[in-house]
Amino acid sequence: MELRRKLEILADAAKYDASCASSGTDKRDSRAGGIGSTEGMGICHAYAPDGRCISLLKVLLTNACVFDCAYCINRATSNVDRARFTVRELVQLTLDFYRRNYIEGLFLSSGIIRSPDYTMEQIVGVARLLREEHGFRGYIHLKTIPDADPGLLAEAGKYADRLSINVELPEEGTLRALAPEKDFAGIRRAMGRMRVRIDEAKEAKRTERRAAAPRFAPAGQSTQMIVGADASDDRAVLGTTSNLYASYGMRRVYFSAYSPIPDASRLLPPVAPPLVREHRLYQADWLLRFYGFGLEEILSGGDGGMLDLGIDPKLAWALRHRGDFPVDVNRAPRERLLRVPGLGTKTVDRLIAARRHRSIRSEDLARLRLPLAKLLPFLVTADHVPRLLDSAGLRALVAPRTGFGKPVQLALL
Amino acid sequence: MIDAALDGPADFAGRRAAARRLVAAKPAPEGVARALAGEAPGLFGAAPPPPPQAGRAAASVPRGFLDLAEVAIRHRDPERFALLYRLLWRLTHGEAGLLQVATDPEVIRAQAMAKAVRRDAHKLHAFLRFRMLETESGTRYIAWFEPDHHILEAETGFFIRRFAGMRWSILTPEASAHWDGEAVRMGPGGRRADAPAEDAQEVLWRAYYAHIFNPARLKPAAMRAEMPKKYWRNLPEAQDIARLMAEAPRRVAEMVERGATPAAARRQRAVVADVEAAMPDLFSQDPAQALAALRAEVLADRGPLAVQATQAVFGEGPIGAALLFVGEQPGDEEDIAGRPFVGPAGRMFNRALEEAGVPREEAYVTNAVKHFKFTPTGRRRLHQTPDAGDITHYRPFLRREVEIVAPRLVVSLGATALRALVGKATAISKVRGEVIRTEDGQPLFPTVHPSYLLRLPDAESKAREYARFVADLKAAWREVQ
Repeated sequence: MELRRKLEILADAAKYDASCASSGTDKRDSRAGGIGSTEGMGICHAYAPDGRCISLLKVLLTNACVFDCAYCINRATSNVDRARFTVRELVQLTLDFYRRNYIEGLFLSSGIIRSPDYTMEQIVGVARLLREEHGFRGYIHLKTIPDADPGLLAEAGKYADRLSINVELPEEGTLRALAPEKDFAGIRRAMGRMRVRIDEAKEAKRTERRAAAPRFAPAGQSTQMIVGADASDDRAVLGTTSNLYASYGMRRVYFSAYSPIPDASRLLPPVAPPLVREHRLYQADWLLRFYGFGLEEILSGGDGGMLDLGIDPKLAWALRHRGDFPVDVNRAPRERLLRVPGLGTKTVDRLIAARRHRSIRSEDLARLRLPLAKLLPFLVTADHVPRLLDSAGLRALVAPRTGFGKPVQLALL
Repeated sequence: MIDAALDGPADFAGRRAAARRLVAAKPAPEGVARALAGEAPGLFGAAPPPPPQAGRAAASVPRGFLDLAEVAIRHRDPERFALLYRLLWRLTHGEAGLLQVATDPEVIRAQAMAKAVRRDAHKLHAFLRFRMLETESGTRYIAWFEPDHHILEAETGFFIRRFAGMRWSILTPEASAHWDGEAVRMGPGGRRADAPAEDAQEVLWRAYYAHIFNPARLKPAAMRAEMPKKYWRNLPEAQDIARLMAEAPRRVAEMVERGATPAAARRQRAVVADVEAAMPDLFSQDPAQALAALRAEVLADRGPLAVQATQAVFGEGPIGAALLFVGEQPGDEEDIAGRPFVGPAGRMFNRALEEAGVPREEAYVTNAVKHFKFTPTGRRRLHQTPDAGDITHYRPFLRREVEIVAPRLVVSLGATALRALVGKATAISKVRGEVIRTEDGQPLFPTVHPSYLLRLPDAESKAREYARFVADLKAAWREVQ
């Protein structure tokens, strides 16, 4: 099979993985040899018409797979064409793309072939060749196989910037139903083992006892959860997400709206991807991590364990907790300002710095290009006091007029 | 009117020196025009500003201004010099905290300029595409890029760090940069046609771009927000965008219409299941077999606490150990490791055990509750005390564990273990250091949990309570001699 066709098949096989991050690793460059650099901030080298960033060459080593996960295009009983890169082919392709500044590096995953150890050895082999033989200093993200040998995991962590294992689904029961060969508990244990090694390597670096623990995935670990393939509600999704952040120190938990695949399983017929839900979940995740919201607080903005799809979760919460408003932009502490719809963390910090020098008026907010229609019903400024907080029509006034995007692709189906 | 001549559009060093002279000479901002060929009316022949008065210290300027100005001066807006000078004037004339006033119109404008320059630089790093050219002197990578601002020279460092081992040239309408592996040389601007028209790898790159795109998630506005159309003409992959977008609805409709497809006649080779270890015999009279069977049962438990935890943590130690210690539940580290007493409290317990002279081979350690109960809070897990329901759920496991290990004395650490073993809530203070009986009639010696010692606030009570804990362990050990 010619290389181009392989690349097409193995990119098709990889596109349902949302992650393409290339940030957060240590700084390095090629002035002393090799090729490539990482400078902390990730770079998106292109955007596809699905709005997703293309930062890494994201492919599978092979899409042959002995697992039969219903949601996956590569499952054992799917009719898709199968292909496999040789290790050298993929290394060369990565370098050719990198030299032309198409990519930040490689995100490599694979179908499970033969055994977990064999598969992991192939994945690690690509990274080893890139790093050891070609002095590649760019970014490498490797998928790890839960049951692979600890020695291979150690080697993966030595070469990779980031490692990940996908939890796939928020709940154990549905994972068993849709991905019978996957082991929910085994995935958790593998994440735990990675956390220990990541923490040890970080600690060793911090305390300058560099010999104590070897390099291990300086950009940490991440995971992905498919949303909409099972009946789990947002409470289950966000509950599992919080647990994953707290238990395994995840850098990111990605949500991936279950999307039609060319060769769908009977267990999961193709449906429109729940993109709005995915978006709301990301917003809620942000509120949990950076805005001091608790899980139950966020869910209180919606009903029956689901977020409100029509408005963002902070606004939904605020509309149901009007007693907590108005908040005075010139006096309120940071944690209260963070709860005002339309104010982000950066804006809040800038406003707090500015108000030490002069009091903030509504026109100042306009000059900072903040969404006044959303803000002012909740915010007191030097020349404004909200009057509509108790109004029944407040939601209509602050909700985006068209709803979220009215996604074109929903109408198509 | 004072003119300040500068070397180039982003000559920060020259501008800084001129500004210092100007501030020292104290003209009001209105009286100053910046001179730059082609940008401002004043030309290089204009009279230089007066030198600073002898003995006068250079104006002190906050670091934040220099950082801001160094970036903002690369903006293409001819007004940038006057704006930065006005800010400098205000900073040195009674508004030292000006840059913190994010609502000030001039601060907003300067920061917006800096932001635009940074974005332009970021897009240069992202959207520049090299094309390979074989020349007589070797392989050279050449790129054509059209930046919005005067950023090329400042950004060559990025490409040197990344592609130090390659020979490359970056051409822009205003200037060009050439790297030969040793030094960068700045040259005049060029034209698009000066760069190669194609590169053999672009076929593969475009194939990748087309196939990593998911047609079921069409979000063109999100794409354009990050990759505005003005960049498309220099991006080889962008020529496929229109086709991909046009085809997407039909591709998705086809997938949906086709619905589920029958499973492949020949599935990929089935998983070769690892040969399971022989199932332990639940009814074995051999205690080692019985304990292994119980362990397997505990690990398979999917009770309410199992949902959140990584794994169940079973006891460790020899069968027939003289002492069996029962703690509360696994903590964060035990949950990850799958072993009891390996966290902070476990480490303290081990130290105390050693000080008390209890041989390790005479101690079996386990917990009343086998899964870690916690509340996730950010990047930490907040320990939750098990409630009566949790204790009840795990009691049958604990009772069998104690029965199989058959110690001479059970030692309960803390209230949860005590409650699990005697079957009802009991105050430790009333029974500490005595030998009482478990619900099943085994001798039981209650003491505190080592985590209680960790939580004590002051060193003095910590030392006192630790000594008392060690004394308890000694007493327990004496009981079994």
